[in-house]
Amino acid sequence: MSNILEVKDLHVSYGGIKAVKEISFEVPKGEVVTLIGANGAGKSSTLRSIVGLVKPESGSIQFEGAELAGLSTDQIVSKGITLVPEGRRVFPDLTVLENLKIGAYMRKDSLEEDLKWVHDLFPRLKERSWQLAGTLSGGEQQMLAIGRALMSKPELIMMDEPSLGLAPIIVQGVFDIIREINKQGVTILLVEQNANMALKAADKGYVMETGRITLTGTGMELLENEEVKAAYLGKAKDK
Amino acid sequence: MSTKKKTAWNAGLIAALLILLFLLEQVLPSSSMLFTVLKKGAIYALVAVSMNLLNGFTGLFSLGQAGFMLLGAYTYAIFTIPVESRNSVYQYFDGGIIQFTLPVPVALIAGGIVAAVFAYLIGLPVLRLKSDYLAIATLGFAEIIRAVFQWDKLGPITNGSNLLRNFPSFRSVIFPFVAAGICIALIVMLINSTYGRAFKAIRDDEIAAEAMGINLAHHKRLAFVISSFFAGISGGLLAMYQTTIQASMFKSAMTYEILLIVVIGGIGSVTGSCISSFLFIACSEWWLRFLDNENLYIGGFHVPLLRPGFRKVVFAVVIMAVVLFYRQGIMGTREFSVEGISNFFKKKLSGKKEKKGGSSRE
Repeated sequence: MSNILEVKDLHVSYGGIKAVKEISFEVPKGEVVTLIGANGAGKSSTLRSIVGLVKPESGSIQFEGAELAGLSTDQIVSKGITLVPEGRRVFPDLTVLENLKIGAYMRKDSLEEDLKWVHDLFPRLKERSWQLAGTLSGGEQQMLAIGRALMSKPELIMMDEPSLGLAPIIVQGVFDIIREINKQGVTILLVEQNANMALKAADKGYVMETGRITLTGTGMELLENEEVKAAYLGKAKDK
Repeated sequence: MSTKKKTAWNAGLIAALLILLFLLEQVLPSSSMLFTVLKKGAIYALVAVSMNLLNGFTGLFSLGQAGFMLLGAYTYAIFTIPVESRNSVYQYFDGGIIQFTLPVPVALIAGGIVAAVFAYLIGLPVLRLKSDYLAIATLGFAEIIRAVFQWDKLGPITNGSNLLRNFPSFRSVIFPFVAAGICIALIVMLINSTYGRAFKAIRDDEIAAEAMGINLAHHKRLAFVISSFFAGISGGLLAMYQTTIQASMFKSAMTYEILLIVVIGGIGSVTGSCISSFLFIACSEWWLRFLDNENLYIGGFHVPLLRPGFRKVVFAVVIMAVVLFYRQGIMGTREFSVEGISNFFKKKLSGKKEKKGGSSRE
């Protein structure tokens, strides 16, 4: 299977601080890939530089063979990548429907079909079409953030900590949706601190630490890995 | 309510308003304060809505409105002063260098375009700033423009710090209503379009908006330029209303008045801006006038405290009260609509019915 996204030797720094140091990874088409790691490991910076919100210092980001580094965010989004930003970031004073329509901002064709798709995935959003997004619960806002990203008809959807601040049962629901979206043909790059859930959902995983990728494997391999267990799953290392 | 019915209602209301204005003009003397308020109110409503487009819908806190109005007013005046009276207007500058005139609507639109061009140029560096810093920069721009227009060296065009006069003005109150109405309708259409949605998204969350592929710089500039365009047109209208203009008129106090109108009406409500602009002008120019009358007697009682300027004290108190009791402004972010009113009455009616039902159970 071909890679939809290939990142090579990516460096990102803020002023003098290096957030991402020479990382390389690839995302195969149609799979769920996860980047896990603690706070400050550089996961979010990686996503933000892929979508052009942060300019990478050096390195290459190839999406379906085309170079993304140096392009502006709107150009990147129109190529078929969307980011679900950390902390949901729905537009609080716009209605649910308006939020969804903003997601399709780069598209000029009819939205009917995709609105129906998103409404089928999240029936709750259909019920609440006219409600202001700021009045939704955290779980509903996360659904809206995902739905909004899907409205751009992306081939690759990147999620930055979709489980952040949600109750375990809601988190389960979010991951069910992620798998469902993936089944329908959207490639997913998932950044998570909830390593357990993320690795279970993922076909492939990368572990990031202080700006570098330290471990790679399939989701199952990493779940079984002693170091991962010790660092992220809360189990003591066997000595 | 269906959209067809809604447009029919709105069209009917607008027609009724224009007929009412027409009848009022036939009945009342043209010197009535009512017309002063209506004319100035309509013009201020347009500036307020244009400022609201920027401050309320795009979240850019700009205080350059007076500067853009000045550009619009001067462009209008310079291009419409009849050639034969140019010698008397530009008496210190040998009749000025512009020796032709444009028709009134063209000159008004030209005023808007000049303001928009300046907004584009200023916007390039200034729109990188946020909130208060943007406000300071735009305020500074407005002040600089005012100073530049008073500069002697530009006299052949701007007449220096002297008055510009003799340009065509309007008599009927219908003209500013129609002109401002058309502009406000255009702004409302913009707000309801995909561009308007993108503006609101930028206001709500810049980073999320950018992640959705909205080009921040481009859209901010667009909002700034369009807002300035309409401020320019309203400046032209204001020139027509005042019949004479001078750069020193467009002080920052003018921007603050407009800002006050926007805040009182509700940041993010077009109809709020319109309503509060009429209320504001009526209060400041008409309803509180009696407070300036030192010799006011009710029966034989001499009302104390009243003296010239007291009106302003009371007005300030009224504004503070409004801001205290309506934190979101009169309208908040809601809009005044036929539908809203009919729903309001329906609710009232159904509420009464429910009450009746409750009492019968007891």
